[in-house]
Amino acid sequence: MHEMGIIIHLAKTLEDTAREEGLVRIGSVTLRVGEVSGIVTDYFEDCWNYFKKRHPVLQDCRLIIETIPAVTRCSSCGQDYETVKYGRECPYCHSGETWLVQGNECVIKQIEAE
Amino acid sequence: MKVIELNKNALSSNDADAEILRGELKEKGIFLINLMSAAGSGKTTLISRTITDLREREPGLEIGVMEADIASDVDAAAIEALGAKSIQVHTGGCCHMDAVMTRESLEAFGAFEGSPRIIFLENVGNLICPAEFDTGAHLKVMILSLPEGDDKPLKYPLMFAESDALIITKMDAAPYFDFDIDAACRRAKALNPDIAVFPVSAKTRDGMQEWEAWLLEKAEAL
Repeated sequence: MHEMGIIIHLAKTLEDTAREEGLVRIGSVTLRVGEVSGIVTDYFEDCWNYFKKRHPVLQDCRLIIETIPAVTRCSSCGQDYETVKYGRECPYCHSGETWLVQGNECVIKQIEAE
Repeated sequence: MKVIELNKNALSSNDADAEILRGELKEKGIFLINLMSAAGSGKTTLISRTITDLREREPGLEIGVMEADIASDVDAAAIEALGAKSIQVHTGGCCHMDAVMTRESLEAFGAFEGSPRIIFLENVGNLICPAEFDTGAHLKVMILSLPEGDDKPLKYPLMFAESDALIITKMDAAPYFDFDIDAACRRAKALNPDIAVFPVSAKTRDGMQEWEAWLLEKAEAL
């Protein structure tokens, strides 16, 4: 359960932030998750709802997930394309020399807190 | 309620812990290797052979192994029989080791007291999650065994991109499998041009010397 591992670190970062900023309650956390990051968002939410109860400051914290679309760039022709639709091979020139520009992220964007 | 922008990687707390651990180990002259692979790739056999060979080269060399597993202590017993220190780490169902778990295991091991000097962290057997979590190791080494197939760099790119070395094990079985070693190397290097590749057989000892010499060189350069 790789989602659980990420949640543990997410909770730790939020607790540290709450301590540093003197926050008593975090109402929501917004994560930006890449389309090909390998994170299963349903599992992720289940893990979060289970785990947040252990942390008083996170008790009522909603998890908001924004998806970052995956984009691949072709080194041969320079075009960008949708990773999920076409995979590793460039749909324009059929080169296999391609690399992921974005879509592998898991970033804590912001929190709402008091 | 106010909005606070963080824009932090979700694993940034682990990355920070890992960096601190790496520095502390270096100060104490302890070299930690994170060994990752799928289940059944021959990790324990490779480590056993490597320990025997390294201790032959440098008789006093203290080597330790931390076996991360969901359960059981079969592997640890095999390692202890070779005269190396070993500890079994049960991850409690977790599919990978992170920096905090690694630190706790090292403490339980007594590794911070200065010995052993080289420690292998045998990570949980899978090619996905261990690649994402920095353990604080100085070197990341992955194993791909021949029967797994030469297409694995295409299926698990992050593992190949993150590793400093790729050891291709069970080379003695090459006549029985359609494993294209050139294709495997080409696919791995496309993801990671700096990756060092060592085709070996722990059984016939072919290729073991090159891997062990490289490993000692890295340990000395710590």
